[in-house]
Amino acid sequence: MKHKIVIAVTALNAIDSPGPGVAVIRAIRECKDFDVRIIGLSYESLEPGLYMHDLVDKTYQIPYPTAGTDALLGRLQYIHEMENLELIIPNFDAELFNFIKLRDTLKKMGIATFMPDLDQFEARDKMKLLDFGKKHGFDVPEDKIIHEFRELAKIEEDFDFPLVVKGKFYDAIIVNTMEQAEKAYYKILSKWGLPIIVQEFIKGTEINIAALGDGDGNAISVIPMRKLYITDKGKAWAGITLDDETYIELARKFIKVTKWRGGCELEVMLSNDGKPYIMEVNPRFPAWIYLTAAAGQNQPASLVKMALGQKVEPFTEYEVGKIFVRYAWDLITDIHEFQKISGNGEL
Amino acid sequence: MRVRKNIATSDEGFLFNPTTGDSFSTNAIGAEIILLMKKDIPTSEVVDTICEKYDVDKALFERDLEEFTLQLKGNSILE
Repeated sequence: MKHKIVIAVTALNAIDSPGPGVAVIRAIRECKDFDVRIIGLSYESLEPGLYMHDLVDKTYQIPYPTAGTDALLGRLQYIHEMENLELIIPNFDAELFNFIKLRDTLKKMGIATFMPDLDQFEARDKMKLLDFGKKHGFDVPEDKIIHEFRELAKIEEDFDFPLVVKGKFYDAIIVNTMEQAEKAYYKILSKWGLPIIVQEFIKGTEINIAALGDGDGNAISVIPMRKLYITDKGKAWAGITLDDETYIELARKFIKVTKWRGGCELEVMLSNDGKPYIMEVNPRFPAWIYLTAAAGQNQPASLVKMALGQKVEPFTEYEVGKIFVRYAWDLITDIHEFQKISGNGEL
Repeated sequence: MRVRKNIATSDEGFLFNPTTGDSFSTNAIGAEIILLMKKDIPTSEVVDTICEKYDVDKALFERDLEEFTLQLKGNSILE
């Protein structure tokens, strides 16, 4: 019987604004090169992935990122005692800082990770993206970081409308007037706090690129995708793989200059004059990551291999015109399961 | 009037631009015209072929073809 690699995965919230966890697990399970036991790490009792027992073998709740690294480590030590974890794949922006901080400790415990360094992680931060772009020669929209309301009032001195008002972790609202900007400011402030980013609006076609770096500057996989159907939250409900060397080169360059380790998603706006602007870099796999496996470059499975010390050669081909169409499904469970995860923090 | 090399076409008139992700459907005659265009023949030959095959006024067809061509260019199907 083959050894089952024990892999813990976060972001099981396969909801209308989905976390990538379920897609990551699906891609990993599809790889025939290894067997796995998947441990879900959840924050809330109603994350759908918890109840998908054909994908997730066992789930443990973990403390929210705001509880800090000590609380997270304490919980991971317990889970490790129970499960003998070999690899953790965190998939939320907000939790990555804590996991990166714990990387060496986890390594000593025998738990591998495959994440960017803190420097890499912070360089692509929304608030530093403009400097990052200027330093490495990427087109990035002009922006201004707003720390208090009165700074917003002065924004018209530097920018013309429309603009994009963005939260430090999530959310982006396009505004056409100062009044709309003020409303967007308060809406995002109440949800994500300060600072808030005001960014130049680039008109064009939105392209997303899922990429995987080996940490030495090599892009193991790059898959560009165009959203075909977008939800009111701006999430892709359907998308298609594209064939355009511009995007592949862009992602390769990003991975080369950052020596990115792990998965990432470049959100790119191809302006009407043909310039690919990097709008954001998400430091983890996107929720549509299963499409990479479907198109022939299984990024999550390749990450597992690299995290466990195997050499993975860069992919050279993928299927263009591969489409994903997301769907909603009413998964049925019962109160006993809900009680287990709510009461005991395990399922 | 050349169809871009990477454009995928089907006999049924389905067109897919793999660079942009856009897809289009044409009617049967549109599909036939695009298949002719893919042979890199002069426009006059496309006109002659269609006019020989179908009972259509040449001047009228040329106007329609021009309009169709503009649409194809606008959608980056033609170079």
